[in-house]
Amino acid sequence: MRDIWGMIGRRLLLGLLTLFVISVVIFGATELLPGDLARELLGQSATEETLAALRDQLGLNDPAPLRYWHWLTGAIQGDFGVSMATKKPIADLVGARLGNTLFLALYAAALSVPLSLALGVMAALWRNSVFDRASNALALTSISFPEFFVAYILVLWLAQSGLFPSMVRITPATTFGDRLYMAFLPALTLTLVVTAHMMRMTRAAIINLLASPYIEMARLKGMSPLRVVLRHAVPNALAPIINVVALNLAYLITGVVVVEVVFVYPGLGQLMVDAVTNRDIAVVQAIALIFAAAYVLLNLIADVLSTVTNPRLMHRR
Amino acid sequence: MSDYLTRGGLSRRSLIKGATALGAAGLILPAGVRRASAEPKKGGVFRVGIGHGSSTDGYDPGLWDQLYVQTFAAARHNYLIEIGADGNLVPEIAESWDSSDGMTWVFKIREGVAFHSGKGLTPDDVVASLNHHRGEASTSAVKPYFDAVTDIKADGQNVVVTLNAPNADFPYLMSDYHLPVMASADGKIDVTSSDGLGGYIVESFEPGVQATLNRNPNYWKSDRAHFDQIVLLSILDAAARLNALMTGEVDTIDQVDPASIGLLESRGVAKILSISGNAHYVFPMDARAAPFSDNNVRLALKYAFDRQEMVDKILAGHGSVSNDNPIGPANRYFFAEMEPKTYDPDKAKFHLKEAGMETLEVTLSAADAAFSGAVDAAVLMSEKAAAAGITITVDRVPNDGYWDNIWMKKPFCASYWGGRPVEDQMFTTAYSAGGAWNESFWDNARFNELLVAARSELDDAKRREMYHEMQHIVSFEGSTIIPMYNNYVMAVSNAVATPEKISNNWNLDGFRCVERWWFA
Amino acid sequence: MTVLIALLVGLALFFATGLAARVALQAGAPAPLKPLFRDMPLTAAFGLAVILFYILVAILAPVLAPFSEHEVLGGQYLPWEAPHYLGTDKLGRDMLTRLIYGARNTVGIAFATTVLAFVVGSILGIWAAVTGGWIDQALSRFVDALMAIPALILSLLLLTIFGTSVLTLILVIAAVDATRVYRLARSVAQGIVVMDYIEAARLRGEGMWRLIRREILPNAMAPLVAEFGLRFCFVFLAISALSFLGLGIKPPTADWGSMVRENATLITFGDITPLLPAGAIALLTVAVNFVVDWQLHRASGLKE
Repeated sequence: MRDIWGMIGRRLLLGLLTLFVISVVIFGATELLPGDLARELLGQSATEETLAALRDQLGLNDPAPLRYWHWLTGAIQGDFGVSMATKKPIADLVGARLGNTLFLALYAAALSVPLSLALGVMAALWRNSVFDRASNALALTSISFPEFFVAYILVLWLAQSGLFPSMVRITPATTFGDRLYMAFLPALTLTLVVTAHMMRMTRAAIINLLASPYIEMARLKGMSPLRVVLRHAVPNALAPIINVVALNLAYLITGVVVVEVVFVYPGLGQLMVDAVTNRDIAVVQAIALIFAAAYVLLNLIADVLSTVTNPRLMHRR
Repeated sequence: MSDYLTRGGLSRRSLIKGATALGAAGLILPAGVRRASAEPKKGGVFRVGIGHGSSTDGYDPGLWDQLYVQTFAAARHNYLIEIGADGNLVPEIAESWDSSDGMTWVFKIREGVAFHSGKGLTPDDVVASLNHHRGEASTSAVKPYFDAVTDIKADGQNVVVTLNAPNADFPYLMSDYHLPVMASADGKIDVTSSDGLGGYIVESFEPGVQATLNRNPNYWKSDRAHFDQIVLLSILDAAARLNALMTGEVDTIDQVDPASIGLLESRGVAKILSISGNAHYVFPMDARAAPFSDNNVRLALKYAFDRQEMVDKILAGHGSVSNDNPIGPANRYFFAEMEPKTYDPDKAKFHLKEAGMETLEVTLSAADAAFSGAVDAAVLMSEKAAAAGITITVDRVPNDGYWDNIWMKKPFCASYWGGRPVEDQMFTTAYSAGGAWNESFWDNARFNELLVAARSELDDAKRREMYHEMQHIVSFEGSTIIPMYNNYVMAVSNAVATPEKISNNWNLDGFRCVERWWFA
Repeated sequence: MTVLIALLVGLALFFATGLAARVALQAGAPAPLKPLFRDMPLTAAFGLAVILFYILVAILAPVLAPFSEHEVLGGQYLPWEAPHYLGTDKLGRDMLTRLIYGARNTVGIAFATTVLAFVVGSILGIWAAVTGGWIDQALSRFVDALMAIPALILSLLLLTIFGTSVLTLILVIAAVDATRVYRLARSVAQGIVVMDYIEAARLRGEGMWRLIRREILPNAMAPLVAEFGLRFCFVFLAISALSFLGLGIKPPTADWGSMVRENATLITFGDITPLLPAGAIALLTVAVNFVVDWQLHRASGLKE
């Protein structure tokens, strides 16, 4: 076990390094983008003179490395600064949206992970049956439509009939139950989008093991197919499954801009696109780091779990 | 109102005459729209789904640039002057205004009006509100309006603005949405405060998401601001806006996707308001760069595409053909009789030949950031121009950074104008030599001369003649292709009642739907 | 009721296509491949038939299409009747023609992108797993950093910086996708590297390339192939999402992703026009994955 703790420690340090790399990449990329905050704030009708005045006021005339250094020294001390566009502290701007994003991601994960694992195991168990083919085709169909398309169809079927609201309006007074109800359509959309990937990977990983001698052995012992799969195949297939689940969880947190737009859901994705469009680098950086941290942590957890389930990984040269 | 109508003043009289003419132009409501003639009723929560809004929206009036902040501002602020639904100037915070020479403008400030905070309005607040947009350090988008202003000062209950040259249209500028009257302290307004003089008080505001406002119980206008509460929602996605309206989650939406107007009408859950105004879509060509430096090339392109087809397909008929004229049918001096340009490949070829060319190859840069449907419009133009031997390669560029990277940088691109209530404003802004937003870099001596002359011409008939000539010059010698005027297309639920006349000066009833509309 | 009929017709078509394809393939295949096709399940036969059909359409697009790719022929949204069998689009271009050319453009680009992403991603991933040490660490951290930036945002940044020609589009999407493939390939290979037979191979003194090709790749193939099927369809979706931001394939080129996007608001009213390009994508995705499943099953060595 000590090795695992060592690994976690190392990985956390590396995670910090990753965050640093990301902050440089994002800063550099936003610098390379044409246009700047002043132009985006003033819009089409700005004159050069007005732009210059605003740039000066925003401190955009400093050289890029200096601005990055200012940001970095602030960030290390836990001060992510204020949004350059709105002058509001980043923490205020991001806080509520982060909560919304995590809520939706967990909601969708709670629906999709059990569903896809169960479907995947069943599909592997009854491989090539009608059930396997049908669930497979269904999942594939749902995944091959663009997200906004799936969302529009769900709205057409479930919202226009009045069953669920077509948009999410969260206020501080919204109760948890109301939230679950209002966010059902976005969560369902995301479930449809991520289920196929996880389900197919589960099925593939299990089937991949079914020809192994030890499975043969178990079967020859007279174990029921369900037991063979659950006791012998699943534990050894966990590494790729865990990885694909982690990947999809990360997607649910970081990649749901389109669903946010369609359901008018105030999440981080929309805020980040806004910030990129406005070249509000402080906000872009803060959100990029939140996304990155979520991603690094999920992957760390996935790796730890994979290692635990396959101890051979601990003893590699 | 009567106050300023009765008092004399040459410049003003011409203005008022003009305003009446403007009132006669413009509003087209499709048949079948229920006209609300009943007395407005109070009450209800009015929810508007707006296709704009960003997390960077704020309270600084100099930075407002889209419909969300504009409507939000109209809900909580008052302006010196309001543009009425019929295009007339209506006194708001300025009870009346006057100028003897078109250079010194005196605005009489309304008494007994208070901000939401309870502070009483003084002329100093007005001076500070205007000064925010003026001077070296100002970051306001309308700073150029004040280039000609030499002095702004309070004089008793009046505010006196002095210009360095006569401008008969100056009061129109004072109705601009960037210029609300805000509370001041020490000669400065607080750009982080929501405090205003308007009919609604801000309860909560999440930029890019929603704003909730409650009726101002002490509002000085008794016949306005009928709703108990208004909620402004930012719904960027066109389909999401439609869905929200159809499922009853909002009462009004703006920018209805042209493709779905007919389908929405046939559902019967909402009515469409299609208001023709001065807004227009343009394709500016860089007049300094070959081949566009040759007017024959520009004319060839102007004859090489089908304007009516564009109105039909890009606007779904909710607009009208423009004859490369930035002055719209709702303007006072609109030149309606100008000979129209139709799709005529032979004429285009003729002009090409005049320019010494057999064929022409140009690249047209477009993104939907320029206007909704810009890329499609460019493709249509390209397809039609092929028959005239003109190859237009459509370069679809990213929306992101469009105004910075493409507009006024590439020689041929797409752009739009919301239209201006005053001819001079439109021409000065986008067509005068050296104008800050002269997107085609066009420079025509006769035009520039007329522009200055018309600005201070106080005789209405002469002025009309001058503006007609200028429109003709822009249309036949200008370097901007203007295929169409786009209507403002909104959809409102059947519960919403509107006045007979809806303003064609900007969208959502000149942003004033929150103040002028009510629940039937 | 209509849904039920459509479902039945669909199922009938599916079986007919599957059976016909199996018979045809068996008859037409060279002798050594005959047994392969004889045991082929119906789904796979159907998938193969669809894929072949798409390839045929893509190659013969100029011959099959009744009109030219982007000619404006009439009013917008004309009904489904001759000569426009599937009506016209928003600008009055023939829908059927656009769909046919879409097969060529969209499938070609998606395939090139996926292949590129897989070659780069899986080779780097397996190499990192086999080599270990600082190379593995450096590569993995870099990939982690790239992956931690949401794909859409990363593509937006890259495409805005580098421009939006078809080549950059392929390279950018492939680069973004390759990070995902890398991660999967590395984790699968890591499980294999600790096996005894790899140990043995190393002791035999096998070189890196040979080790990857002979020992690891065959055993890592199954999850990679499964991933390929899905990644292929993700590329369609990525292009569609990018065209949403104005960065996809440039007009007037016909492309299914953009076609879905252009007509998307019509779904709100239950109009099925947007279903055509979306359906074309979905059908191909399902078909590709049916074939992938079949190969997966064969690779697993299971005999039932």
